[in-house]
Amino acid sequence: MRSAAVAAALAAIIAVPWVAPTYHVLLMLPFMAYGITLLGLNLLFGWTGLVSFGHALFLGVGAYAGAFLTTNAKIRSLELILVVAAVAAALVAAPVGALCVRYVKIYFGMLTLAFGMVFYTFVLKFYRLTGGDEGIPFPRPALFGRDFAELSKTDYLAGPYYYYALAVLVVAAVVMWRIVHSPFGLCLKTIRDNPTKAETLGIGVSRYRWYAFLISAVYAGVGGALLGPPTGNVDPTLAYWTHSGNLVFMTLLGGFGSFFGPILGAFVFIYLQDWVMSVVPYWRLVFGAILAAVVIAAPGGLLGMVARRRPPLPVARG
Amino acid sequence: MGGVFHAAILFLVSAGLQVVFGVQKIFNLACGSFYALGAYVGVSAVAWFIDAGGPPALFVVPLVVAGVLIGGVGLVVERGLLRFVYDRDETFQLLLTFAVVLMMEDAIRMTWGTSPRSTSALYLTYGQVRVFGATVPVYNLIVIAAAVVIAALIGWLLTRTTFGRIMRATADNREMAEALGVDMRRVYAKVFTLGTALGTLGGALVIPATAAMSEMGVELIVEAFAVVVIGGLGSMRGALVGALVVGVFRSVAISVYPELEMLLIYLIVIAVLVFRPHGLFGGAAA
Repeated sequence: MRSAAVAAALAAIIAVPWVAPTYHVLLMLPFMAYGITLLGLNLLFGWTGLVSFGHALFLGVGAYAGAFLTTNAKIRSLELILVVAAVAAALVAAPVGALCVRYVKIYFGMLTLAFGMVFYTFVLKFYRLTGGDEGIPFPRPALFGRDFAELSKTDYLAGPYYYYALAVLVVAAVVMWRIVHSPFGLCLKTIRDNPTKAETLGIGVSRYRWYAFLISAVYAGVGGALLGPPTGNVDPTLAYWTHSGNLVFMTLLGGFGSFFGPILGAFVFIYLQDWVMSVVPYWRLVFGAILAAVVIAAPGGLLGMVARRRPPLPVARG
Repeated sequence: MGGVFHAAILFLVSAGLQVVFGVQKIFNLACGSFYALGAYVGVSAVAWFIDAGGPPALFVVPLVVAGVLIGGVGLVVERGLLRFVYDRDETFQLLLTFAVVLMMEDAIRMTWGTSPRSTSALYLTYGQVRVFGATVPVYNLIVIAAAVVIAALIGWLLTRTTFGRIMRATADNREMAEALGVDMRRVYAKVFTLGTALGTLGGALVIPATAAMSEMGVELIVEAFAVVVIGGLGSMRGALVGALVVGVFRSVAISVYPELEMLLIYLIVIAVLVFRPHGLFGGAAA
């Protein structure tokens, strides 16, 4: 049932550039970048029970790493950019995570928010290095050594770049699927449901939380690097705390209790936002109301509403 | 002295944050939005007052009245939204206040438009004085004095009145307070409204000195957040000390090395969280 739905969704996404207007094809690009980011965020949120309110930090690290490489270092290879973005995110996340995972619940959220704002302020204030509020351009990267110079920007984004991003999303999803269904994933669930018991069972709670933090940061770094080329520019708002809030919002909207929930959340968020903004300029008002409704009436998110027979918070199975 | 003025405003908003967190255990991200709302309502109230022929020297009266009255919006938020999630995980409570942040930001844009609003002409109505060799608008001194008075009033409310005892009892042990006959719905409604009114009053009072902008709410929340982390979540004394630390350090940083401005504040926040996770004045219970 689920695998059929996923296969259908994947087929639809592959078909989009042929059937949909270019505008909608381009909207799929941020969706895929956010999808990757949220897969990682949900490892923390849904599986480990830690809600990060500063994950835009790693999105920003990835995006700025990519912009640096393309603009300043003249390195155009997207494969290399993604690797560097992932490594940069991991390097930042290692000390940040080590501090953050010492706390849970609201303190964890606040500490991640503080670190996110440190990065935001840094990129905003150190103008010479980061371009301040104007950001840095993120020119078109080369895919597998080809720069597709013969294609216009739209054709490039709606063609090769689209499938490249989709491939990264699929690989990221497969890897994450393996992670959450591994013994490591089970340990994380145990930590979420009962940290004391996990400790008694010999699971190093802080260490596992730190691993989960690192992995989720790497995902956000990769997602951030993919977010850059469609807009052609990265700026500090990527790392602002409300952006982190939106990431959590998307995850909750789709359903943090299920594997594909966050990806669905990213999709609905992007398209709904686009549609609402075309009708009224006040998308935050509408989205605030939606978020309030989801929190109050459907904490399991969209997938939680579909799968009523399962409990809204999945318990560890087998 | 600019730092102390800023600290006075920050104290009001953070006190609202603290009172709500202390009693209800909700970290209210929307307190910054209430602050912005208070600012806009303050501008409108003063404009109306001057148009109606009120003497400019009395402009603080409509400002304060409007700032306190619009705090009633807290009651609407509490009854309309927050009360549904009291028994949920605090993550959901946090996200619900984030929903309020989003809604309020656009509600303000819809009502007052996107261009900044100000009552700047009135800022120097009361003239300026020289304090410790610096020229300070008298209005700043009034606000600082008002914050001190409000701090004293909150202290009195918490320690000397029945409602204050109920609040502290609830903060300590909700179930026990409830078992002893405290009507939790009323306490929560009152506390949240009080917290909101402190935020809106802070916003109204800041307005003669600066323009009201729709982003001011989301920007202030991170400062108020720094204040309560430095001072310790839920602690009133902490809010006072934290506000002074943030306000003063920020104005020092701006004059010495502007790039450091908020960065310095966050570094203090992180240092406090690392070395004193419950803040300078936070209890072990937090």
